[in-house]
Amino acid sequence: MDFAFTEQQELIRKEVASLARSFPADYWLEKDNSAEYPWEFVRAFAQGGWLGCIVPEAYGGSGLGVTEAAIVLHEICAAGAGTSGASPVHFYMFPPMPVIKHGSEDLKRRYLPGVATGEIVMSFGVTEPNAGTDTSRIETRAERRGDRFVVNGRKVWNTNARQATHMLLLARTAPRDPAHPFAGLTLFFTPFDRAKIAVKEIAKLGRAAVDSNEIFIDGLEIPVEDVVGEVGRGFYHLLDSLNPERIMTGIEAVGIGRAALERAVQYAKQRIVFDRPIGQNQAIAHPLALAWAKLETAELMCLKAAWLFDGGRPCGAESNTAKLLAAEAGFEACDVAVQTHGGYGYAKEFHVERLFREVRLYKIAPVSQQMVLNYLSEHVLGLPKSY
Amino acid sequence: MKILVAIKQVPDTATQMKLGADGKTIDPTGITWIVSPYDEFAVEEALRIKEKRGQGEVVAVSLGPDRVKEALRSCLAMGCDRAIHLNDPAWGAADTLMTARALAAVVKQEAPQLVLCGRQAIDDDMGALPAQLGELLGWPSAYWIMEEAVDADGKTVRVARQVEGGLEVFDLPLPAIVTAQKGLNEPRYPTLKGIMGAKKKELKDVKAADVGLAAEAPQLSITALEALPPRPPGRIIQGDLPTAVKELVRSLREDAKAI
Ligand SMILES: Cc1cc2nc3c(=O)[nH]c(=O)nc-3n(C[C@H](O)[C@H](O)[C@H](O)COP(=O)(O)OP(=O)(O)OC[C@H]3O[C@@H](n4cnc5c(N)ncnc54)[C@H](O)[C@@H]3O)c2cc1C
Repeated sequence: MDFAFTEQQELIRKEVASLARSFPADYWLEKDNSAEYPWEFVRAFAQGGWLGCIVPEAYGGSGLGVTEAAIVLHEICAAGAGTSGASPVHFYMFPPMPVIKHGSEDLKRRYLPGVATGEIVMSFGVTEPNAGTDTSRIETRAERRGDRFVVNGRKVWNTNARQATHMLLLARTAPRDPAHPFAGLTLFFTPFDRAKIAVKEIAKLGRAAVDSNEIFIDGLEIPVEDVVGEVGRGFYHLLDSLNPERIMTGIEAVGIGRAALERAVQYAKQRIVFDRPIGQNQAIAHPLALAWAKLETAELMCLKAAWLFDGGRPCGAESNTAKLLAAEAGFEACDVAVQTHGGYGYAKEFHVERLFREVRLYKIAPVSQQMVLNYLSEHVLGLPKSY
Repeated sequence: MKILVAIKQVPDTATQMKLGADGKTIDPTGITWIVSPYDEFAVEEALRIKEKRGQGEVVAVSLGPDRVKEALRSCLAMGCDRAIHLNDPAWGAADTLMTARALAAVVKQEAPQLVLCGRQAIDDDMGALPAQLGELLGWPSAYWIMEEAVDADGKTVRVARQVEGGLEVFDLPLPAIVTAQKGLNEPRYPTLKGIMGAKKKELKDVKAADVGLAAEAPQLSITALEALPPRPPGRIIQGDLPTAVKELVRSLREDAKAI
């Protein structure tokens, strides 16, 4: 067993940390207040070639694994960028996975180089108003007409849609068969045609800089060449990006927790109340120590799941567990950080307030804590399915 | 044109230094090591010279223990073509003169047209090495340079350093030694491709014997290090404004002797 990063992974960690830290906390505060997309940050990562991390070298990327992508996202978050910084970058890290694994040579050639350079901005269209947790219920339909599909329907929580040039879209191509609810779904990688897709932004708790939207698709035409993998097997292709998504968002939550913890520890050393630094009180110190221990544990789980995925091994239980523990640990760390700051924790100026709002997301999305526990109950423990 | 950049690995600027138990060394536990920032300017400038000329080779060199490899890899990731690691227990206690001798030996072997260094390393702030290296090689050298231009033939370099109210400009025949001051450039961040490429570049280990040097004892040794005394607490002057101002002025003049 070897827990050490390779020399290259260590260098990636260090360089991403210094690039991400060149965007100070006030940059993110400003973006959050103005609800402006962090283009400067995304461009800096595009220029450094980081967006092509998992795109194979043959298509202009670096061909690295989920482990390296996880290291990148962890450092972005640990630098204080939060979900506002991680989301725009992670769209380059897991949505392309089904294209890489199942896309035709033609599809890969047409799209992956643009993903690697960051010219393509992606959104991920799965969730619908009537199908969140139960993806088999999606109602967006794609009907074949000659050499193209015509899509009609509605998606919700479509992140990035305001900027997206392309979308990874899941739609029904055959009616839902209760015996095989996940069959008959097809995955498309398609240009985001604004003549056929209307976008309506959702006001939300955190990450104002990066939009999430309701989108209305009306007669969107997609050529058959833009089908990812096989018609009718889209859900199964998508699975290849769901485990990486859980690992990557999990480790983002860990990174956010670390950024909050770093601020809290600093504050606990400096804030004098009753003639002593508040960190001298164990009631302040122990929750910080516990938060550190839980972040450390969750990070290990994320990296183990990444290691399994990169080795081509099954990693469903581990990826789900990683996301479960990481969302808890990240949230607790941010909560403790706010508490440590007392009243100032509630003020925007001290930054933990933003991290606290942002980190809440990870207990809900990309998969809820309850659904992770359902998965573990059923698939790991062999308990009967409850729903 | 071949350019050699001498770099030093130093503790990160944010590191809280702690003294070792012997009172003569720094306790290395928990230190994050980086390439000394002035040396990064030197690396960046070397890469720009190469890019501008459309050809050439940039070689990074550093003396120090095994951990220094990481700093050299960073230089390779930034774009240096290869690296030389002067890594020998014989250099364990090297002072600036021993380091300069080792570098001079490498320079003789490599025969670059230009040697670039930072103006000083930010750990011990000695700033002696480039001058000693210049002396050992008999090369012209210019320090704390803010601007630089190698001529088209690669025969001379024009350099400028900041002086009170302006720039002082020199022409140096090559080969020469130039040290970088802040403001010379903005160092690039290594790209992911750069990092991946760094793995495949040569990073050569060199021992004292490889460059024809015999073991020698350092002439400078540290007898003791002292931690800075803790900063005395600040003082808040009480009272109404006119009294407080009077007291502030008195205190600045008499206690602090600042005015
Ligand atoms: C900011 C943000 C960004 C997002 N970005 C995207 C995106 O880019 N693309 C995309 O496709 N989606 C995105 N999502 C959607 C996200 O994946 C879903 O919100 C999530 O999967 C939950 O679906 P739902 O909201 O419909 O909840 P529902 O399915 O309505 O569930 C409601 C609650 O009931 C619980 N629940 C339901 N069934 C069970 C059960 N059997 N046992 C126990 N508990 C149960 C759930 O866990 C949840 O807590 C985003 C969401 C947010 C908040």
